[in-house]
Amino acid sequence: MYQFNYRKASSVEQAADLQANAADGVYLAGGMTLIPTLKQRLAAPSDVIDVGGLDDDLGGIDVGATVRIGALTTHADVAASGEVRNAIAALSDLAEGIGDAHVRNRGTIGGSVANSDPAADYPAAVVALGATVHTNRRSIAGDDFFRDLFETALEEGEIITSVEFPIPARAAYAKFPNPASRYAIVGVMAAEVDGAVRVGVTGAGPCAFRSAELEAALVDGLSVAALDGVSVPSGSFNSDLHASAEYRAHLVVVMARRAVAQLA
Amino acid sequence: MEVTLSVNGTSHTLDVPDNALLVEVLRERLGLTGTHVGCDTSQCGACVVHMEGRAVKSCTVLAGQADGTDVTTIEGIGTADELHPMQEAFRECHALQCGFCTPGMIMAAIDLVRSNGNLDEQAVRDGLEGNLCRCTGYHNIVRAVLAARDNM
Amino acid sequence: MADTRTGIGAAVRRKEDARFITGAGRYTDDIDQAGQAYAVFLRSPHARATIGGIDAAAALRVPGVAAVYTGADLAADGIGDLPCGWLVKSKDGSDMIQPPHPPLAVDRVNYVGEPYGVVIADTLQAARDGAEAVATDFDELPAVVEVATADQADQIHESVPNNQCYDWELGDRAATDAAFAAADHVASLDIVNNRLIPNAMEPRAAVGDYDAASGVHTLYTTSQNPHLERLVLAAFVQVAPESRLRVVSPDVGGGFGSKIFVYAEETAVIWAAGKLRRPVKWRAERSESFLADAHGRDHVTKAELALSADGTFLGLRVNTIANMGAYLSTFASSVPTYLYGTLMAGQYKTPAIHVEVRAIFTNTAPVDAYRGAGRPEATYVVERLVETAARELSMDPAEIRRRNFIQPGDFPYETPVALTYDTGDYEASLDKALQHADYQGFAARRAASEANGNRRGIGFSSYIEACGLAPSQVALSLGAGVGLFESAEVRVNVTGSVTVITGSHSHGQGHETTFAQVVSDQLGIPIDDVEVVHGDTGRSDYGLGTYGSRSIAVGGSALTRATEKIVAKGKKIVAHTFETTDDDIDFEDGVFSERESNRSMTFAEVAFASYVPANFPLDELEPGLSEKAFYDPGNFTYPAGTHICEVEIDGETGVPTIVAFVAVDDFGHIINPMIVEGQVHGGLCQGIGQALLEHGVYDEAGQLVTGSYMDYCMPRADDVPSFTVDTTVTPCTHNPLGVKGCGEAGAIGATAAVMNAVTDALGVKSLAMPATPETIWKALGSAA
Repeated sequence: MYQFNYRKASSVEQAADLQANAADGVYLAGGMTLIPTLKQRLAAPSDVIDVGGLDDDLGGIDVGATVRIGALTTHADVAASGEVRNAIAALSDLAEGIGDAHVRNRGTIGGSVANSDPAADYPAAVVALGATVHTNRRSIAGDDFFRDLFETALEEGEIITSVEFPIPARAAYAKFPNPASRYAIVGVMAAEVDGAVRVGVTGAGPCAFRSAELEAALVDGLSVAALDGVSVPSGSFNSDLHASAEYRAHLVVVMARRAVAQLA
Repeated sequence: MEVTLSVNGTSHTLDVPDNALLVEVLRERLGLTGTHVGCDTSQCGACVVHMEGRAVKSCTVLAGQADGTDVTTIEGIGTADELHPMQEAFRECHALQCGFCTPGMIMAAIDLVRSNGNLDEQAVRDGLEGNLCRCTGYHNIVRAVLAARDNM
Repeated sequence: MADTRTGIGAAVRRKEDARFITGAGRYTDDIDQAGQAYAVFLRSPHARATIGGIDAAAALRVPGVAAVYTGADLAADGIGDLPCGWLVKSKDGSDMIQPPHPPLAVDRVNYVGEPYGVVIADTLQAARDGAEAVATDFDELPAVVEVATADQADQIHESVPNNQCYDWELGDRAATDAAFAAADHVASLDIVNNRLIPNAMEPRAAVGDYDAASGVHTLYTTSQNPHLERLVLAAFVQVAPESRLRVVSPDVGGGFGSKIFVYAEETAVIWAAGKLRRPVKWRAERSESFLADAHGRDHVTKAELALSADGTFLGLRVNTIANMGAYLSTFASSVPTYLYGTLMAGQYKTPAIHVEVRAIFTNTAPVDAYRGAGRPEATYVVERLVETAARELSMDPAEIRRRNFIQPGDFPYETPVALTYDTGDYEASLDKALQHADYQGFAARRAASEANGNRRGIGFSSYIEACGLAPSQVALSLGAGVGLFESAEVRVNVTGSVTVITGSHSHGQGHETTFAQVVSDQLGIPIDDVEVVHGDTGRSDYGLGTYGSRSIAVGGSALTRATEKIVAKGKKIVAHTFETTDDDIDFEDGVFSERESNRSMTFAEVAFASYVPANFPLDELEPGLSEKAFYDPGNFTYPAGTHICEVEIDGETGVPTIVAFVAVDDFGHIINPMIVEGQVHGGLCQGIGQALLEHGVYDEAGQLVTGSYMDYCMPRADDVPSFTVDTTVTPCTHNPLGVKGCGEAGAIGATAAVMNAVTDALGVKSLAMPATPETIWKALGSAA
């Protein structure tokens, strides 16, 4: 790691001030992405601003008409929450499958969506369920949040405070993990939200997206048979040692089928 | 900067660099070399300790993040004369060979058993995906965790 | 009731575990010296380049940086090259070509990660900052990466035309050609044995220390064989004479071959400690391990098996290109030759075999022994080919093996490829494995899988290995640069406890327990009274360390010879005490007794008497009770067995799942079955890793694509099943314990069994390793 100033924020406002006044300040939540990046000297921030202690402002799970999950909530806490499971079991399943147990004990939902890592799981849920990403400045629709590889709608210095999910009539998540890293090669969440079928895909492309082809195929309802013969274009998909774009396109359909099958 | 942590029940206040990692504090400042470093990409799990009772990779926690927390390392769970049931199970089931992954594996396994009601073999295998072992083929580690499950 | 036996054959719980499970192990990185500095290596970012200049001025201005050394500094100090210890000759009788291999590259770099300098500083942070501040002027050259075409590519080393190290052969070409001419059927396969990266969980490390008052250099390092390390550093690299160079290899976190070799880093560290008059410490980042630990395997092979119509093997022809990487690592040359070509008979009576191996340099990390070393590659060739032949002749894969097995009455059996197997019963292992695998029930299980849209396959591997490395006379005649005996010392202390000092080295194998069991059993004393010491050239005379499944077969035999000497000396002492002759003294269960009387002395009494030598006849009987032995084996040992793998393949995604794995092995007599099973488990996991998960991949520019656990797929707990492990026993005929060794068997047998199962499931002739989900998915498409 390069040297940096470690700042522990005492409030969201103070965190934002620290960031604004730093030459190159970055926020630290669980650190599951940032710290490995720092260790490899792939980033050299002047200041690391730790918002991890701000549970009062950024923590908590609030289940009512929607499921609002505070940005600092760990994957383990989401997975273990009975309230979340009752409301959106697909979200519990998704959280339970992120990384490994130790990562789930530290990694947070805010950190997971803030990076637009193409292989992160939560983004699939954000787009599939039409979540709202709340920040210290505004609220951003899930459909508008992920822009590109490691690029989101967040502005410089903006802090995610919570992610709010509408409660779908039905939803399920299926993931094909990278055998080495265990990140998603492909993750698909299929959901029925307010009478509409929505399908979110992570891992396959530069960032999470809704699959027009799968949604069109499922427009009359979430049935496995409706996916017979469906394919998705692989043109913009990622291709690497572990999976070609063509294989990813195949897996998107298979994972969609498996997600839908869970709802049968 | 100054951090205060309780490690294995003893409070330590230390002056550390801003970029110090918890594992560096444990190994280099407190001499607790039972916690090992096996990779630099936060994957191998050799460095797993408990922070506030939960298994974390101490190579991926800044000292500042650990400030004010309770940390338990392999040195804090049992002694040679009075082993933790998980330590005893690892010995009894021959769940270690070179011993390098063992402390992280034991700390991970303890959290796994504590956090899960009914662990079966598959759940143990899935639950240990954050810990690499190159010696045992995991066979005896799985046996040990299942044995300790019944004694913890 | 708990088993309280502790002798040979008992599943004694390990003595060393007490420290490992409590965090009290002491690995190299746990060792700190007062005032130590930290080393960070400058590593080539290019696969092939010339070095125009190295500007360290900015690095030396980084606060805390004590020195920046380059290859030129070592050369100026007379530090020699890292040698390869095994001279292989080409077909034409010429010596292999060994290119220069300076510990730190001087004016050229030949693989990504090759060290060309080292920055030493007060803190690790300063050393890293310093390393980043060094400005090196590289002139990049085209990289030679593809081994199959490297002989046509740019010449990497001035002294090595066509990048060819040697062109070796073994066996009778004419007889083999004749066998093929007479054959009814020829099965042939093109095989790539994928490059693996060993990944012992403890990264390599070194702490160098220099005591100016005594002139003694001390190196703590992660070595499987500290004496060999000392020998090379003294005799070739010339750091210091052996008398003033101590190498300590404390607890070592796994090796699998990768810690046999003498590397650049510890060489530079021990040299720099002397230069700076200050301890210097280095620990590899895992990323460095990926780049600069010696890799394993990496062969391209064409193999053919000639058969008669009834499935009898007539001849075998193997042509292999072996990737050496950029330089010859310590034992690299022996791996694809004497540890590979010699194993091509397998368990079979194939009468004519001819093997050709060309060793080729490329701009990749050096390749050397990795668990099994040559023998997994040989087994893969033979067992994939046998399975292919069975399918092509529509024979049962168990039956074709049975038909060709060397029979128990054929031993000692001289193979056409230079080995003499001493004993074995291959059918016994096969039969037991078939039973465990419920081979009869496979068809029904396959039908059930297919009904669910999946595929299911079963695969065999009847492997053999030559272990217990090695008879020195044989090894030396074949080009080895060192003898391969082992030493042991048994020191009986005054009150009867025993300190055992072995030249073998444990880095997970549990010698502190098994060796204590042997001594406890042979001397009839409690196991708790035996302490085993290893891994320190300052404490033992000499030793060749641990690799090639040699510890119990060679080290254990040396130990047995030493305890025999102890017993003989004890008899002399007792005979003297009883005023009789040693022929009249028996020794059993720790008691020396006079045959014709009821007089006896316990082992502890004899020990005490030896150190309190009241009226010893000093010209016939020396005081003390301490004996040494060097044991040089008369032959290799030949563990063998049958592994059966059953795999199910997800028909939609191609994901393979190993649903059952049976390993039945013949290791001869077993000292500790618990430890032996553990060794098998670990080996199987590595063999499965090669088949399904692991692959060291370089891109066209010679950059390592799989340089971390994000991309190099290590087997995890959920990738492997629980294993069914069993044994058969034919005792080794030529060592005193009747043991064969068990450390590599799993890794040698498993890979072929898995790939035979996967190809069986898919109905394809062959498939590239690792058989990843995508590879299998594509095969599903093409086979459908």
